[in-house]
Amino acid sequence: MSDTHANTVAYVRETMLPQVAPPASSTGPVGWARENLFSGWFNTVVTVISLAIIAWILIGIVPWILSPTWGATSLSECREILTAAGSVGEHGTSGACWGVIRERWVQLLFGFYPSDLYWRPILSFVLMGVALAPVLFADRVPSQLIWFSAAFPFIFPWLLWGGTIWGPLAVAAGFVIGYYVFRILGAATSNLIGLVVGVLAAVIWWLFLSGYVVDALASVLPLGIEEVPSRNFGGFMLSITIGVVAIACSLPLGIVLALGRQSDLMIVKYICIGFIEFIRGVPLITLLFVASTLLNIFMPPGTNFDIILRVLIMVTLFAAAYMAEVVRGGLAALPKGQYEGADSLGLDYWQAQRLVIMPQALKISIPGIVSTFIGVFKDTTLVSIIGLLDPLGLSNAIRADSNWNGIVWELYGFIAVVFFIFCFSMSRYSMYLERKLRTGHK
Amino acid sequence: MSELATDREIDRSKMQVSDEVAIEISNMNKWYGTFHVLRDIDLTVYRGERIVIAGPSGSGKSTLIRCINRLEEHQKGRIVVDGTELSSDLKNIDKIRSEVGMCFQHFNLFPHLTILENCTLAPIWVRKVPRKEAEATAMHFLEKVKIPDQAHKYPGMLSGGQQQRVAIARSLCMKPRIMLFDEPTSALDPEMIKEVLDTMIELAEEGMTMLCVTHEMGFARQVANRVIFMDQGQIVEQNEPEEFFNNPKSPRTQLFLSQILGH
Ligand SMILES: Nc1ncnc2c1ncn2[C@@H]1O[C@H](COP(=O)(O)OP(=O)(O)OP(=O)(O)O)[C@@H](O)[C@H]1O
Ligand SMILES: [Mg+2]
Repeated sequence: MSDTHANTVAYVRETMLPQVAPPASSTGPVGWARENLFSGWFNTVVTVISLAIIAWILIGIVPWILSPTWGATSLSECREILTAAGSVGEHGTSGACWGVIRERWVQLLFGFYPSDLYWRPILSFVLMGVALAPVLFADRVPSQLIWFSAAFPFIFPWLLWGGTIWGPLAVAAGFVIGYYVFRILGAATSNLIGLVVGVLAAVIWWLFLSGYVVDALASVLPLGIEEVPSRNFGGFMLSITIGVVAIACSLPLGIVLALGRQSDLMIVKYICIGFIEFIRGVPLITLLFVASTLLNIFMPPGTNFDIILRVLIMVTLFAAAYMAEVVRGGLAALPKGQYEGADSLGLDYWQAQRLVIMPQALKISIPGIVSTFIGVFKDTTLVSIIGLLDPLGLSNAIRADSNWNGIVWELYGFIAVVFFIFCFSMSRYSMYLERKLRTGHK
Repeated sequence: MSELATDREIDRSKMQVSDEVAIEISNMNKWYGTFHVLRDIDLTVYRGERIVIAGPSGSGKSTLIRCINRLEEHQKGRIVVDGTELSSDLKNIDKIRSEVGMCFQHFNLFPHLTILENCTLAPIWVRKVPRKEAEATAMHFLEKVKIPDQAHKYPGMLSGGQQQRVAIARSLCMKPRIMLFDEPTSALDPEMIKEVLDTMIELAEEGMTMLCVTHEMGFARQVANRVIFMDQGQIVEQNEPEEFFNNPKSPRTQLFLSQILGH
């Protein structure tokens, strides 16, 4: 090292000059304000005007928010409290009516889920946090936790919907069956054949065989928890469930679609393009209508295909199409040299994708991916249109109640704030992730 | 560019050409669409040879060496590397690629992995070497290219010359029997060119079979045992460096040499 340096570097600094502290007026809050807010007459004017506008908005809103109506049980009672407190404006009483939130917040969270079983959604969301930890913060939690993350997709629906324990186990068994078929056939023939047959085997198991096996096992060994039907689901529990499942499933599906779109196999390529363009070409709400009405027509009579499951599938497919395009953007941004570097080392296609291409393409696409996530999460409110009781659907029901007839801002404001918290956290997380994954020197 | 690649005496004791064939290219042709890039290439490379490929821009030098590890596909003729013929059989291609190392003009290091991870990736996943062992090998080669202290940095934090030496170490970690270089110094500042050339010279001194596309005529003079001149997709002339530089036969070679040597 030193030899080469001596030859190549003409001058190497060995001692650093002593540092002198900058003048006080350029640091601290005063320095910051001087530099950012009052650096010239134009900025000063803009600052003053902005402060005035902010003050005006706050003067209008803060008293409204601070209104003492937490205990009210109806809108008219709110009005009485406000009149008694003397906060009557030119348009009648002015002040929020928070009684509705106090009375209905539990319903806004859980819908019509039986109240003695609230522990189940609460537990499942706590566990969701645990399961997400190794995915979101891989470097800060023990890596064994990932096994729990792998099991969680089976625990989660079981906790929410209840029923026999054999159901989720049978679903998990499908994956195991598919995997072993893939391994054995893949080794004996080719990977592609193994993959196709493996997927087929799993699907056959899920659609035709698992039902009997579950019934048989359940009658022999009836282990299970109380069942809760889908129509009792609602509130943020429903939004989060749909949002999280759609987010978790759409990313891998989107990656597969993006790779498929770049594939050399014509059939695969055109199926992927067709799927992506079709789904992106129709509004989500039409897909949801298809899920709620049309799908039943195509199903064999008597099959009971859960409405939430149907919605989940549609929202996932919708999100996956967008995700595919976002990921494709990341793939396109990678220089060709990265593929060649991976190829020249002898990595095969899947190794190159998994170890070299995808980590970089996904990193480039983080802002787009998270935007899509946020969009999907907010789009879950559309399910109210097909009659599911998400927070917006519930708010209509609450407003139909004669006690709360006429209430608007408090309900929607509450819902908006909760959504904002979720979406803003996702956005902050994405920035954290981008910072963490930055490896160049900047 | 005519100056020498190194001031020191080159140790030729291990630079021996055996009569075992490493690469055999016969009657190979390649087209990009309708554009005929490589025409009737015949080339036999023996183990231990150090071949420099020179020629004007667009003459097909890169394409030729990229055909050897199938980064580009040829349409006619045969390429046999280490006894394995290149065909569309993916198993053969991956096998050849893991035996043939390649260094690119723009290094093509993986920016999301540290230097050490760059070097251990292929041994671990392709050769199935245990991680500990792969890391030991990687450190060995990083020491050889004189940057062991950068092992835990990311490529983006290194200078161009250091990155190219890492790229060489990364290829060496696969213990290749043949190394291909595609203008490894063209993207570098003059003072970094030397450190990369030094690394390549050391590699040659250990008896590595090398094919280098380069404009470093000093390197060709001192290290190569054969210089190949290409123009318009053909091998126009090949000879020992002394003969090649002092006694070019074809007028095209003469013109090229007078331009590149700048007199
Ligand atoms: N992917 C491609 N598609 C079409 N034409 C190509 C492609 N790659 C290279 N070519 C053409 O093939 C010819 C040979 O290219 P090649 O890169 O092998 O030249 P080269 O000798 O390496 O030149 P240089 O010294 O500039 O690197 C050039 O005319 C180039 O324009
Ligand atoms: Mg080239």
